[in-house]
Amino acid sequence: MNIIINGKSQQLTSAKKLSDIVSSFCKQSKHVITELNGTIVPSDQWAQTNLQDGDTLELVTFVGGG
Amino acid sequence: MTDAPLVIAGKSFTSRFLLGTGKFKNKKDLSDSITACGSEIVTVALRRIDLERHEENILGFIPPHVTLLTNTSGARNAQEAVRIARLAKASGYGHWVKIEVINDSKYLLPDNHETIKATEILSAEGFVVLPYISPDLYAARALVKAGAATVMPLGSFIGSNQGLKTKELIQVLINEIDLPIVVDAGIGAPSQAAEAMEMGADAVLANTAIATAQNPPLLAHAFALAVKAGRLAYLSGLPLQRSIAKASSPLTGFLYDDIPAN
Repeated sequence: MNIIINGKSQQLTSAKKLSDIVSSFCKQSKHVITELNGTIVPSDQWAQTNLQDGDTLELVTFVGGG
Repeated sequence: MTDAPLVIAGKSFTSRFLLGTGKFKNKKDLSDSITACGSEIVTVALRRIDLERHEENILGFIPPHVTLLTNTSGARNAQEAVRIARLAKASGYGHWVKIEVINDSKYLLPDNHETIKATEILSAEGFVVLPYISPDLYAARALVKAGAATVMPLGSFIGSNQGLKTKELIQVLINEIDLPIVVDAGIGAPSQAAEAMEMGADAVLANTAIATAQNPPLLAHAFALAVKAGRLAYLSGLPLQRSIAKASSPLTGFLYDDIPAN
């Protein structure tokens, strides 16, 4: 399965839940915010959200800024 | 004398200095600077997580009592700013948002029109909106109507350290707009922050000057003192500038009154 994460194509070997993706791609999930195909997915729904081939996922967090 | 607190959207703050958290060389400098200046509001940005390398999250270096103000940097129009603000809110940390809409890479000037549109949408959704604008009376009035919590006019170009190039226009906003005026951008030295406060600005935000100083916490402390000094000067009823001299010593009873001058 192929999905776009933060603008880059990623091959996933099996169907995955959003919670699995967050834990495998982010070292720390505490301040991660997810947007799947343009819709924000709250962290309490990650475990019930399945990814499909062709999905676009954004994983964002806070950084320094003025 | 005791000053009234700075009140934004019903929340009271003792400090009138807001700190931006960008460009710090390391997280210790940032954390020490927040402590040194006593800021109770700090700005942060939202970005894609770098999947290649692990960085410690900035939120771990900001004390919990400090109000996070997420900026919408990277937004080129109102819709993009709204999207960033909603993402920040989804984290549970960020319903205070600094609207920053920029579509010019040379001067980084904010697009006032798009900023007003984003303010309207986000205020209606319950965000506390602090819009960053080029100082303009009509834009500021539109922001009041749109539900903004403050108006944040720029002093000069972002990161330029040029100080209050827009002084007269900011003064118009201070005089005419019934919302806190937070002078943002271009403030490169404590003297410039003091000048903004002397004019009657309600608060000042700085980032680049402090983050890029050799000793950021020391400059952060200096900024906090300057903001306080400027505020006290404003409250004192600072006299106006004059174009000619006015003696500070009495002009009578001179020792040489009876001797004509040459």
